[in-house]
Amino acid sequence: MNLLLEIGCEEIPGWMLPGALEYLEKSVGDLARNRQLGDVAFQMDATPRRLVLRAEGLLEQEPDSSERVWGPAKSAPPAAVAGFAKKQGVTFEELEVLSDGKVDKYSFVRHTSGANTLDILAEELPQIILKTPFPKTMFWPGKGGARFIRPIRWIVALFGSDVVSFEIAGVWAGNESSGHRKLGAARFPVTYESFEARLRENFVILSADERRARIQAVPTKYKCDNELLETLVYLTEWPTPITGSFDTEFLALPGEVLTTVMRYHQKYFSVENPEGGLAPQFVAVTNTDGDPAGLIRLGNERVLRARFNDARFFWDTDQKRRLEDRVKDLANVTFQAKLGTYLEKTERVTDLAFTLLVHARANGAPVSEQDLKDAKVRYAFGEDKSEFHAVRAARLCKADLTTELVKEFTELQGVVGGLYCAFQGEPEEVSTAVYDHYKPVSMEDSIPRTEAGRVVSIADKLDTLRGCFRVGLIPSGSKDPFALRRAAQGIVKIAVDGQMRLPLRKLLGDDAALGEFFLERVKYYFREVLGYKYDEVNAVIASGWDDLVSVAERLEAIREVRPTGDFEPVAAGFKRIKNILKQAGGSSSGHVDKGLIEEGPEAGLYEATTAAAERMPSLTWREKVQTLASMRPYIDRFFDGVMVNVTDAAVRRNRLALLATMLAEFSTIADFSEIVTSGEK
Amino acid sequence: MSERKPTFQEIVLRLKQYWGERGCVVQEPYDVEVGAGTSCPETFLRALGPKPYRTAYVQPSRRPADGRYGDNPNRLYKHMQLQVILKPTPADVIEQYMGSLEAIGIDLRQHDLKLEEDNWENPSLGAWGVGWQVMLDGMEITQFTYFQQVGGIDLDLVPAEITYGLERLTAFLQGVDSVYDIEWNTGVKYRDVRYNDELQYSVYNFEVAHVPTLWKLFEIHEAEAMRLLALYGESTEKHRFPLLPTYDHVLKCGNLFNTLDARGAISVTERVAVIGRIRKIAVMVAESWVEQQAAVDAGASGAGSEVGEQAA
Repeated sequence: MNLLLEIGCEEIPGWMLPGALEYLEKSVGDLARNRQLGDVAFQMDATPRRLVLRAEGLLEQEPDSSERVWGPAKSAPPAAVAGFAKKQGVTFEELEVLSDGKVDKYSFVRHTSGANTLDILAEELPQIILKTPFPKTMFWPGKGGARFIRPIRWIVALFGSDVVSFEIAGVWAGNESSGHRKLGAARFPVTYESFEARLRENFVILSADERRARIQAVPTKYKCDNELLETLVYLTEWPTPITGSFDTEFLALPGEVLTTVMRYHQKYFSVENPEGGLAPQFVAVTNTDGDPAGLIRLGNERVLRARFNDARFFWDTDQKRRLEDRVKDLANVTFQAKLGTYLEKTERVTDLAFTLLVHARANGAPVSEQDLKDAKVRYAFGEDKSEFHAVRAARLCKADLTTELVKEFTELQGVVGGLYCAFQGEPEEVSTAVYDHYKPVSMEDSIPRTEAGRVVSIADKLDTLRGCFRVGLIPSGSKDPFALRRAAQGIVKIAVDGQMRLPLRKLLGDDAALGEFFLERVKYYFREVLGYKYDEVNAVIASGWDDLVSVAERLEAIREVRPTGDFEPVAAGFKRIKNILKQAGGSSSGHVDKGLIEEGPEAGLYEATTAAAERMPSLTWREKVQTLASMRPYIDRFFDGVMVNVTDAAVRRNRLALLATMLAEFSTIADFSEIVTSGEK
Repeated sequence: MSERKPTFQEIVLRLKQYWGERGCVVQEPYDVEVGAGTSCPETFLRALGPKPYRTAYVQPSRRPADGRYGDNPNRLYKHMQLQVILKPTPADVIEQYMGSLEAIGIDLRQHDLKLEEDNWENPSLGAWGVGWQVMLDGMEITQFTYFQQVGGIDLDLVPAEITYGLERLTAFLQGVDSVYDIEWNTGVKYRDVRYNDELQYSVYNFEVAHVPTLWKLFEIHEAEAMRLLALYGESTEKHRFPLLPTYDHVLKCGNLFNTLDARGAISVTERVAVIGRIRKIAVMVAESWVEQQAAVDAGASGAGSEVGEQAA
């Protein structure tokens, strides 16, 4: 048998529809499985006004079941047995005596006939529907009433040709659907078989694929934007794209501004000219069957003209004050209530950018207080400030928050600052850094294009992280209102992809919670984004993660060498060594006394370790890991032929020292005892 | 229907007529300055409690920060909202709303109407709801909200609030690019009626308003609201206590806050705190109002007014 369920609703936000469908399919699927209603195949569809579930292969009835009910023991008094029979609604004669495996007991088999699927559905569907997990629900008709994303206005629930009888907030399920708000009939009867065709007659295209295809069928070559496309697919029931145009004079405005107005404010696709620039055209997707009189096109063109005029007005107004002069206005813009203003943030970020820049230039070498002071003197008194573009960019990067254009188009913060910098004659390095400083906005996004941009981006994110953790705004579970995970992730991505050697732990400050939080993001990045194995990540990070470029290099080296046969056995050997040293407590410290080394495997390991130690400083990470793997025969022979825990305390101490020395020699790469070897899996 | 495009005032009259025929009390604008029709007692207080109510009214809404000296074709210091409240919400509310657009001459078969998610919140009134912005051929013409909380109180009956932006709607219907070119009445432009308002209030709000005086006024109105609320708490005659005048002082605070804000006189640290102060008195009025009206209704229902008063 077939089930058709259509929940007719006032306009549901499109981005919530796929999740709701997934939930409904799973819930009805679980119901069918739990009640043994057969092997069911689902077809799920949605438009803004309806969630539709179609299921095939449901049984008409739940299967009959039988179960043995156990009563008192055979030895029980007759009154107890009679009581049992009475309670269960059977006669004494129907009882039989059987062993339950231990004791003989009175019992009987109860046969239950399966409920009708129609009744099961009538009972279960309302609860399933009302439990749909929407991100933000409303109650109606008043408090304590039903909760859903928007009020439910009709329900179609047909099992075969029977209506599944239930009610939600006064709406009874029936066999009548509803068409497109303007082009279709308000109510019309449907059957399982006729459903999709009846909707089509009433200007509703049920299939998202088909709606998508209709939108894509426009002859104008517009810029593909999948996110916008999906928004429009789920904002329309009968999508029809139209092409409009705007005055070429607006092309004088930056393309970013035009595209943002079209994309985010009007949900229009922008159109490319043959050279790849913007053409003075747009594609709007209407929820109707055409625009024969051109009224819709005219209306949309007029709205866009007003929007572009606004943008131009804002641009012109904004030029009356340079970004540089706007920095002090940031005293009137809150960053976060507990963290003060954007002016204070700007000062912190500028300071951090300075420190980061000096470290980035040192490329991993230590930076002393004096180095920082010298740089500050150069910055303050030097003629040529070109080495400090990042600091200048940091100073200006938030000033666009006071501009009219950003107040209107908040998604353009940073970009507008960059455009204004360029327009107001700042060096290109500065304007590019400001333009890019929110990047990367996702793990798929690219990092800022220049060193200055990377420095400003990291400084900004680092400051947000430090500040939020300091005042206790720490993400928990799915709650991360300040997008701190993304900020931390962004820093990691910039450091790794941008090859920036920074003393990150020091820069994060001594907040243990922040350190832990950040480390989680570091691990996540290497595991989930770059695809390293979790044990490799743990091993490498155990040897330090201050410098993420080094972490990346060490991971790469291990990934390359690991498949060779010697690596994992050495790792297993290291684990054994670590255990031995642990059991020995602190007695393994100190130098190895060459005089106490015994000829044979012990001397072999000693010499191999000494040779390795001499070569190590000049080796690449890969060569270091290869050197480690080459230790395998010496380690194997040592464990085969040498006792560590001998009675001679001096010899024992010396052997422990030898093992500790070797371990220390390679511990700059990774803690190899963290590697999960094949024997452990 | 005539080919002539409807004037601003015709649109207002037709919408009032339309909603009046659908059971709304057609009210006149509230006579205390507000930032939106929602703040008026006809919405803020009527939304509370279990009594059904329907009303429609035009509310001139003042947003000092949006003033542009009459220069910007789309931004106004003061714009006109047509506010409709339907409590409880009828099941065909959207169809009724679409009917109102047809009533002012919009043939929806020839246009593109979309309801796009847009939730609403007013922190200084402790109010929020979910809903849509209604887009007609790409222009937002209406805000549609199902209230959930007002004055921090979950609503017994969820009202639908339909707020038409009258200037935009008229500009759309008349096909003009600037609100100032709207025909208010035949031969009279919006500019002729409103330009001086826009210019002079922009000058006042951005340049001339005396900040210490505005603060003093704010504190006077706040103190008076607090004084009244304290009196209400002690009152033995709650059923006749002047909560409506108390609420006027809350509204005064709201407008003064907006003016101070436009003037750039509210620092960031103050801002949240000041909103909190307004919210506090708004919520207290809302709670007192619910209590008072419940007592009055209990009294009116014949159980004896004494009982009702004691319960309060």
